[in-house]
Amino acid sequence: MALDRWIALVILMICLAYGYAAFFTMDAALPPFMKRNPVWPSTFPKVLSVMAVLAALFVLLGFEKGADDPKPMDINYRRLTEYKLGQALALLGLMAAYALLLRPAGFLPATVGFLVAGAWVLGERKLHILLPVTAGAAGVVWYLVQQVLGIFLSPWPAFLTNGG
Amino acid sequence: MLEGIMVGLATAFSLTNLLMVIGGCLIGTFIGMLPGLGPMSIIAIMIPVAISIGDPSAALILLAGVYYGAIFGGSTSSILINAPGVASTVATSFDGYPLARQGKAGKALTVAAIASFSGGSIGAVLLMIFAPALATVALLFHSAEYFALMVVGLSAIAAFAGSGQVGKALLMTLLGLIMATVGEGALFNMPRFTMGIMDLQSGFGFITLAMAMFALPEAMYLVLDPSRSSSGSGSGEIKDLRITKAEAKAIAPVIGRQSIQGFLIGVLPGAGATIASFLGYAVERNIAPKEEQEQFGKGSLKGLAAPESANNAACTGSFVPLLTLGIPGSGTTAILLGALIALNVSPGPRLMVDEPQIFWAVIISMYLGNLILLILNLPLIPYIAKVLAVPRNYLIPFILFFTLMGAYIGQNNATELLILVGLGICATVLRFADYPLAPLLIGFILGRMLEDNFARSMQLYDGLGFILERPMTLGLLGLALILVVLPSYRARRARLRAGGAADAD
Repeated sequence: MALDRWIALVILMICLAYGYAAFFTMDAALPPFMKRNPVWPSTFPKVLSVMAVLAALFVLLGFEKGADDPKPMDINYRRLTEYKLGQALALLGLMAAYALLLRPAGFLPATVGFLVAGAWVLGERKLHILLPVTAGAAGVVWYLVQQVLGIFLSPWPAFLTNGG
Repeated sequence: MLEGIMVGLATAFSLTNLLMVIGGCLIGTFIGMLPGLGPMSIIAIMIPVAISIGDPSAALILLAGVYYGAIFGGSTSSILINAPGVASTVATSFDGYPLARQGKAGKALTVAAIASFSGGSIGAVLLMIFAPALATVALLFHSAEYFALMVVGLSAIAAFAGSGQVGKALLMTLLGLIMATVGEGALFNMPRFTMGIMDLQSGFGFITLAMAMFALPEAMYLVLDPSRSSSGSGSGEIKDLRITKAEAKAIAPVIGRQSIQGFLIGVLPGAGATIASFLGYAVERNIAPKEEQEQFGKGSLKGLAAPESANNAACTGSFVPLLTLGIPGSGTTAILLGALIALNVSPGPRLMVDEPQIFWAVIISMYLGNLILLILNLPLIPYIAKVLAVPRNYLIPFILFFTLMGAYIGQNNATELLILVGLGICATVLRFADYPLAPLLIGFILGRMLEDNFARSMQLYDGLGFILERPMTLGLLGLALILVVLPSYRARRARLRAGGAADAD
């Protein structure tokens, strides 16, 4: 089965779970006075779930006739290993690590680390350029966000800013 | 009116107010380029500065300049790195980014600047002439009409349903609508589909979703296939800044139509620049000849000019209910209303009579602001577009960093970053299978407004009676149907004709 139909199957499962919640569990906690209303919090989700299940089935069962001359794929997912898959996965891992470390490590170390590691993964080895560029960019963004815009962004790890 | 205009001209052209417009436009443009900071947050940040000025005309002129500048800055990041940080510039990225990838970043930015200028200027002229009359018409729109208008906005998905993709585009729209139901709704005020996760209580963040759908998959594609980054204007030389006479002739009617349509949508409280841009894109795509229709989404100048004119005209239009009725038509104008009240100005029908210098100065400064944006930004385009010439090893980590920062600033929550990565992976996989991602975002943006207006209409009419009882609603729903069906019908007819011709051979 082609990837688009596998995806339609996954979406169908999600829609069925969503529809189950909308039809059978959502209204259980509804206060009695709301039950007299013509529209309930579950009304719109019910309509959406039915329509989405039908649309997912439409794609899954292949009712739609594809284009006569399908456009060439940007990236052929069947030959993903021939692309820079390792780099892409490493960058996704770095993004997740950045999300987890942003608060405990502080904005400046986490950002410099992310940018240096990201560029390193992509093949940049000139640390004497990389470090000042990333440190400068992190500093400017921190100043803009924290000082100008007033959005809290701790620059250093908690144990440094709180005095240990 | 003429006397008022003269007063407005004198106020707007004072040295202080000219500096306010220039300053506001520059601040708005630069901060607006950062994904994650929309006009609403920038204006909110600028309010204390504006209030400290003391003079209401100068303060409002500064804030209006910031507003336009932010919208313009938002379209720049949409075009250059496919990161629309504001909902109203999502449609700009549909054709703006493909143009940048074809090495026409300079041309795309020029068209965006001209379309924005024209949209804003035409809007300002219309505001000057029709403000009081339009405010009365806007009051005729009730939740039923808004619901129908959202449905018309959703018909923009037809623009993404290429051959063999109608089902996929529809499925993506429905998925976007489903995602919009997660969290507490405005009308029911109870958490839905949060699976007990506190961070989902307020639903998915728009910026997180926009970054996950556009910026992150594009960055992943650049990583997976390095040859993509060497195409286009990656060489650093920005050519093709000018638009030809033929191109100008082609986009001129689009700009004219969409400035008027965008302005009228902006006048309606609650509709705003986002709906105007999607609708503008959908309408232009649907009325374009078949061969031009296929260019939409692949780098069509018309597809870029339409949302850019419409969103700027809608921004101007949203000042109609604010200045004439005291009703904020959008989140941004709600913040502006707060600023006006803080400055001891009461907007409403008496504003034009009691404080004409404020009313007219703001309108004149809108025109001036658009002109200044054009004058300031056109010479800067070659330098702005050089972003694309940054080496790939630096550009990609920085795109990812700004994507993450956009989501973080929008929600001030580190969990949002993990949601962004998760959604970004899903979006990349969806893109592998050629699912259009724009309809999902359109569904998400319009979903909550659609449900709120639908629920209000259902409560008011005790059922679905509002569809038949309100002719304007029925008319708008009919228009939506035409916008969805017409392209399919034309495609089918073209296929049949081609089939007939082949048989004849």
